Amino acid sequence: MTATLGTNAALPTDDVDPFSHEVLEDPLPMQEALREAGPMVHLTRYDVYAFARYEQVHAALVDWQDFQSAAGVGLSNFRHEEPWRPPSLLLEADPPRHDAPRRVLTKVLGPRALRRLRDRWTADAEALVDEVLASGAEFDAVRDLTSVFPLRVFPDAVGLGREGRENLLPYGDHAFNAFGPANDLVERGTPRVAELSAWVADRCRREALAPVGFGADIWAASDRGEITPEMAPLVVRSLLTAGVDTTVHGLSAVLHAFATHPEEWQRLRVQPSLARLAFDEAVRWESPVQTFFRTATSDVRVGDHVVPDGSKILMFLGAANRDPRRWTRPDAFDLTRDPSGHVGFGMGIHQCVGQHVARLESEAVLTALARRVRSLELAGPAVRHHNNTLRAWESIPVRVRTA
Amino acid sequence: MLTTRTDEMPRDEPARALRGVPAPRTPATTDVARLRVSAKTVVADGVLALELIAPDGGRLRDWTPGSHIDLVLPDGLTRQYSLCGDRWDCATYRVGVLREPGGRGGSAYVHDELAVGDLVGVGGPRNNFPLVPAEHYLFVAGGIGITPLLPMIAQADALGADWRLLYGGRRRGSMAFLDELARYGDRVLVRPEDEFGLLDLAGFLGEPRPDVRLYCCGPAPLLAAVEGGCAGWPPHALRTERFVAEVRGAPARSTSFEVELARTGVTVTVPPGTSVLDAVGAVGVEVLSSCRQGICGTCESAVLAGRPDHRDSLLDDEERAAGDSMYICVSRASSDRLVLDL
Repeated sequence: MTATLGTNAALPTDDVDPFSHEVLEDPLPMQEALREAGPMVHLTRYDVYAFARYEQVHAALVDWQDFQSAAGVGLSNFRHEEPWRPPSLLLEADPPRHDAPRRVLTKVLGPRALRRLRDRWTADAEALVDEVLASGAEFDAVRDLTSVFPLRVFPDAVGLGREGRENLLPYGDHAFNAFGPANDLVERGTPRVAELSAWVADRCRREALAPVGFGADIWAASDRGEITPEMAPLVVRSLLTAGVDTTVHGLSAVLHAFATHPEEWQRLRVQPSLARLAFDEAVRWESPVQTFFRTATSDVRVGDHVVPDGSKILMFLGAANRDPRRWTRPDAFDLTRDPSGHVGFGMGIHQCVGQHVARLESEAVLTALARRVRSLELAGPAVRHHNNTLRAWESIPVRVRTA
Repeated sequence: MLTTRTDEMPRDEPARALRGVPAPRTPATTDVARLRVSAKTVVADGVLALELIAPDGGRLRDWTPGSHIDLVLPDGLTRQYSLCGDRWDCATYRVGVLREPGGRGGSAYVHDELAVGDLVGVGGPRNNFPLVPAEHYLFVAGGIGITPLLPMIAQADALGADWRLLYGGRRRGSMAFLDELARYGDRVLVRPEDEFGLLDLAGFLGEPRPDVRLYCCGPAPLLAAVEGGCAGWPPHALRTERFVAEVRGAPARSTSFEVELARTGVTVTVPPGTSVLDAVGAVGVEVLSSCRQGICGTCESAVLAGRPDHRDSLLDDEERAAGDSMYICVSRASSDRLVLDL
């Protein structure tokens, strides 16, 4: 079968701005419109090609040969534009350069490596939950819990010093905004970019990291020649960029889901071993990482259409995770569902290398909560936090009854 | 190329634990446990190149230079072969197979019996011999040991690294892939023993240099010679893979086995062709999974008793030998019974 650009005449188009505040507040109507328009839609405002169905998103995620990451996984095309910081050796790299850093980090953050953290994180979660519950029956789940726990346990696991940890969330927030267009969200972060980037770069040095931890493990891999000493600080940087905001928003997603689905909370109370599954169901349902871009390495045929060489595609992970072609009752947060195969962590060679860290953090928090909290409900309207890539909560006021 | 399949993707199934409706799940990705032989070519005296594709022609699991796959042959034994094709071709694996002297084992089967169109069991890929980043490489290959080095060389060359290959063998006619190596010109030294005598390793290796990485694959005497020649080099400079003919691991089962779920108190029978993940799911024990290819690690399950038959791409040899955990989306059992902490 031959494909010509002429066939794109029938390509659906949409002038929606996926990064407008209106869409960021509630992306679901836009996601549905794009998904139902067809397997591929031309977004005229940015001249990019959108995939919103599970089949195309999944296929594009695993197809690193046709859809590369090294030209940037945001709107900016590194073939023509200067990146705002030195590109990530993981997220913004293709094979073969991607191989060695990925191999090292896969091992450092692998399920076997995390075993030594399980008991400590479980105890840390129980202590934090006790603290929060002691302060009263109403609290803000984001301010008091979901933005606190990852910042307690993850920087320690990396081996980061105490000082300056408050920089991690703003740095990550800006990095994820920077995948979108240069809109007001990016502008708002720009004044602090130089300062935050310098702080992060400084923290990635071997001397700045504790002798035991993920950071030290990465430097040890460079001692063994598995990566070069020049790569090591950039691999550490990936942990600091992608390891905090994402877990905060993942935890917020699952707590918001439970606060609005009391019957599912009862299910978890009866069967606490559902905690792992519940977190992944929340990642599917909410998709804390909503979007990523790829760049076509040649003219790539998608169904009846063609993605032209060098053009950007925008993969709507959140839309794929609610595609009724793939999921039964996709809009339901449902612990009786098997969420396996969702693309909330991506898929293929770039799939979230920290996914086991995120699962362990959430399992610790949910298990501790399920033990102490009989019921959980919203105590007021939850407030969204807007980010060009992340679906996040600024505030989730909750009221609990303890067991 | 993006998929052009038009059939519907499989839907998620409700959890059987709560709804009590046992039903097998449909794999969400191409089942690559059995691959089809798509080409079989003589590439040197006694050496075949075998090409393998998925039965549906779909995407195979990703691999990196230095990776091998396990071929599970009809005698139930498993042999490891290095992948020596092009990773940008996501639909095809290529391995080189030397006919072993003695000619009774797996290589004889591959040479004499296995035909284009046949299906063959495949595990992996797995990489114990990864190419680390460097600006200078020295590669030393002995005989069929050239196979893992071929994709490494292609990669080093594509990255603009400075590299040399010393390739030894008995006779020129027995040395595979000389035609593919010709394009690299004088970076490649082809040294058949009947023309040149023993390899001049000292001359090839030269003085120790901290910025050079050495990769060697071949028979044990060659590896020993290279290790001796590198005695003065910095640690980690040399990486080797022994080409061992006819690795005889534990026989892969072609029959069903039992899995006892210790926490649930249920025992399930896993028939051939069904994954442990699906068998366990069918009795209502939900285990979270993601890639279903033994790549991501999500479905890790602790093994309390029994011997797993590992088919994943994650565990290294030491972790496999420990036998205390497995990825149940692809791995199976070599013992009659496994006890899992589920």
